[in-house]
Amino acid sequence: MPRFDPATDWKLLLAVPAIPLAGFVVNLFLERSLPRKGDWLLTGGMFVVMAIALWMAAKAIAAGFAGEEFFHQSRQDGFAWSWLYQTGKSPDSPLNLTAGILYDNLGAAMLAVVGVVSFFVHLFSIGYMKGDRRYHIFFANISLFTFAMLGLVLSDNLLIFFVFWELMGLMSYLLIGHFAHDPGHPRNLFATSACKKAFLTTRVGDTCLLVGMMIFYWKFQTLQFTELWRLAQEEVARHGGYYPTWMTVAGLFIFGGTVGKSAQFPLHIWLPDAMEGPTPVSAMIHAATMVAAGVFLLGRTFPLMSPEVLAVVTVVGSFTALFAATIGTTVNDIKGVLAYSTISQLGFMVAACGLGGVVFGMFHMVTHAFFKACLFLCAGSVIHGCHHEQDMRRMGGLRKFMPVTFACMLASTLAIAGIPLFSGFYSKDEIIKTAFERSLTHFEGASFFAALALPAAALLTAFYMFRLMFMTFFGAYRGAEAHGHGHEDHGHAHVPHESPWPITVALCGLALLGILGGHFWLAAPGDPLASHTPPWFLRMVSLERLYGGLVAEPHVSEHVEHQAHGLALSISLGVALAGLLIAFLLYQARKIDPARIVRALGGVYHTVANKYWIDEIVNATVVRPTIGLALAQKWFDENVVDGIVNGLGILNRTLGFVSAWFDLKGVDGAVNGVGATTQAFGSVARLFQTGRIQQYVTFAVAGGLLLAAWLILS
Amino acid sequence: MGVGAYLAVSAALFALGIVAIVVRRNVLYVLMGIEMILNAANINFVAFSRHNGGRLDGQMFAIFVIILAAAEAAVALAIVLNVVQLFDSVNPGGVDQLRD
Amino acid sequence: MERSSKVFYALLALLALALIGGGLGAAGGEGLAFGLFAFLTVGGGLMCVFERSVVRSAFSLLATFSGTAGLFLLLGADFLAMAQILIYVGGILALILFGVMLTPPDLTERRLPRVVTGLVLVGGAVAWIGFQVRASVVWATAETLPPLESNARRIGVGFLAAGQYVVPFELAAVVLTVALVAAVYIARRKKSDLEPDAVEGDPAPRTGEP
Repeated sequence: MPRFDPATDWKLLLAVPAIPLAGFVVNLFLERSLPRKGDWLLTGGMFVVMAIALWMAAKAIAAGFAGEEFFHQSRQDGFAWSWLYQTGKSPDSPLNLTAGILYDNLGAAMLAVVGVVSFFVHLFSIGYMKGDRRYHIFFANISLFTFAMLGLVLSDNLLIFFVFWELMGLMSYLLIGHFAHDPGHPRNLFATSACKKAFLTTRVGDTCLLVGMMIFYWKFQTLQFTELWRLAQEEVARHGGYYPTWMTVAGLFIFGGTVGKSAQFPLHIWLPDAMEGPTPVSAMIHAATMVAAGVFLLGRTFPLMSPEVLAVVTVVGSFTALFAATIGTTVNDIKGVLAYSTISQLGFMVAACGLGGVVFGMFHMVTHAFFKACLFLCAGSVIHGCHHEQDMRRMGGLRKFMPVTFACMLASTLAIAGIPLFSGFYSKDEIIKTAFERSLTHFEGASFFAALALPAAALLTAFYMFRLMFMTFFGAYRGAEAHGHGHEDHGHAHVPHESPWPITVALCGLALLGILGGHFWLAAPGDPLASHTPPWFLRMVSLERLYGGLVAEPHVSEHVEHQAHGLALSISLGVALAGLLIAFLLYQARKIDPARIVRALGGVYHTVANKYWIDEIVNATVVRPTIGLALAQKWFDENVVDGIVNGLGILNRTLGFVSAWFDLKGVDGAVNGVGATTQAFGSVARLFQTGRIQQYVTFAVAGGLLLAAWLILS
Repeated sequence: MGVGAYLAVSAALFALGIVAIVVRRNVLYVLMGIEMILNAANINFVAFSRHNGGRLDGQMFAIFVIILAAAEAAVALAIVLNVVQLFDSVNPGGVDQLRD
Repeated sequence: MERSSKVFYALLALLALALIGGGLGAAGGEGLAFGLFAFLTVGGGLMCVFERSVVRSAFSLLATFSGTAGLFLLLGADFLAMAQILIYVGGILALILFGVMLTPPDLTERRLPRVVTGLVLVGGAVAWIGFQVRASVVWATAETLPPLESNARRIGVGFLAAGQYVVPFELAAVVLTVALVAAVYIARRKKSDLEPDAVEGDPAPRTGEP
């Protein structure tokens, strides 16, 4: 079994973020001299990153199955970089900020996920972005995006974490706005506003996170994760087992960062608009990088969260899961459905963290990363195959045209819907189980809400995902009449086609992981398909191991656990099948006309289809007042401030007339006299001012000699 | 030989550099004169470096002077070529635009 | 050969005899070497100032630079002597020769009275200052000179060891790069770039244009 070796493995881990960074630099500056604009270089680099990440993850899994501790900090092996280091201070002064690597089970799993998904996205982009005007910049950006996420996963303190977090915000802005720099592109204007929206909305969350960080730094004088966990436990112990109020406030601020980055309820509005970016970017943002960072932050800061914060986290997460799932049922844009499904699934993860099941939340993040990346890339393949058509109403019957895409999408859909034997089932089932368990042991509103909202969201998830499948891949192709004529330049204008090999290879790889990602027998040599073996992730990551033994598993009696498990299993299975059935009846068998349901729901449907008018509400309550305030200030500026300035000007002018009279009569005489004298001297000095260099040198030498003579003689 | 002998050679070379710059009517002599002056300075540096306890500082300084002289020569040559192009003459006496 | 040249070279030979003889008389073998190198240095400079042809002047600098390198050797600066030969003789002298080739020759520019006056005035002034300094200043030099030994290693370490000359070394690299780019940029400019008001497409060919 491979074991973690500090001598070599820290260097390997350091290479993981360094490779994409180097790729970014090389591609940015050398694209013209590289064949194929350097895409093979970056994709190859990502393959190396994936290989390293998987090799390192194998060590973590091996340690997990052997029941060993797997928690490594590079600074304990003397492998940390002084940063903003003040030589005058002692080495452990809180003013000295050092950067190091924290590599534990969670980081190992996350690193592997990011590496794998990023590699497949790079591979996919080779096929998908072909012919793009800013092809090399796209590759450079997406590499830097990956670098930011890898760095974030590996960072061992909150400050470095925040640096990469912000870098990711910037990269999401650049990548969502990829088409904004392409004036000829049809989505140019949308992309411009979408990237601005994403950047500004996540900025709200980032500011919250920064405030939370500052509070913790002020109180604990450190931002290192392990120290924060330890100090938080000590602080709680000092207060007799209760969290002090300031920790609740700071925890809420930190959670604000998650809300922004992971698109939770009030700040989720940027994610659907982020669809304006190229599809590979959507896959990156939704699966491996951007939104996962928010959940990862929750996983890293979980021991700092007080029960009050966790209740808020639970409610926000469950509400988002349900809320986004309802919107997902009404959207017709294929990527739009997936966007809302991401928000909903992120709600699951956040709720799991709030319920105390951090491990299950992280597990769902891992499985979700695989199948959501696959779903997005499939959607990209569909869009590519249908000549950039995104409306599902103009698709249908694609099963026959795109068999590979269909197979991959079906596998991922089964996974996200929670059908047993597919990865999503294991993680979602565990989350619902946690909600039930907590409801049965703690009689509190937040858990009850989660226990109701999460299964409902799971039902809707299965429904809208199969709605997407049926509308896109089954029935008859409806794109032909819509496209009509005017596509003579394409010989096969209105016939969808299968995508080239880089795309299908990426799809197959991710689909395979989407199926197998949750299984218990993965990397379990000599472990038979024993029914009571928990999935690999849960063997590897547990609450006790995650925070160095600081957080204990909540005690749940065997009876309650059994009860909750049975309930959760039957309910999650039931809702998944029910969702599938409803979708089948509505969109495949056509037993029920969807239009009738729409009519029956009336205003409710209208509200949901318009995304609960959140965008409009934000527009009215935030954007408009801001613009109004700006206009008011402009008016104030123009009328009040300018009036004062103009008044001063008039006063000055009057004074000026008076002084001008005095000037003309009195001062000018004196000034002119001085001027004339200067001019007289100047005309003499001008004789030496010949402009000839050699003469100047002569003067200089003569001056130097005279100076020397004076020094000697005096 | 004592330090004085080297200083004398250096002073002579310095004087020749000045003369080359001042008396000849060709920009290239300005270049050559500057090189001679720099060489004279270097001789001083090295002589003092040896006669002051064998410290390395003087030699180091001389090395940087040589490096800068190389950079200066390249730029100066480019300037000379431009001057020749602009004024059709190598005579620095004709280049008197600094006056304005 | 014109008469002034004959006189000049006769004087140069006398200078050689004086320097070498003086050195030999003062300090034996080392003095002989010093006199030889000092003559190369000063004689090359004199010839450079005196010679009518730019090419000869440029080649006379060969003697000056080599003589300086010899002086460096005598002073125990072996690395510096090598650098002097490589950079001055191999680089700067070649550059000056390029300059000579790329500029129009002007054999009438030397005015003998100017040269002689300049030599006498500047030489006299420097000599006067030199004697004054010699009479009044006592150099605080080492009692015993350190042994002559190769210091290329010490210089190399000085360049690369932290806290010594790393920063000036890197700065020198940057300066060289910038100077190179700047030289290429300046040399490539055409006359029309320099004179914005000039009429475009001046048909008169420029002598000495690269």
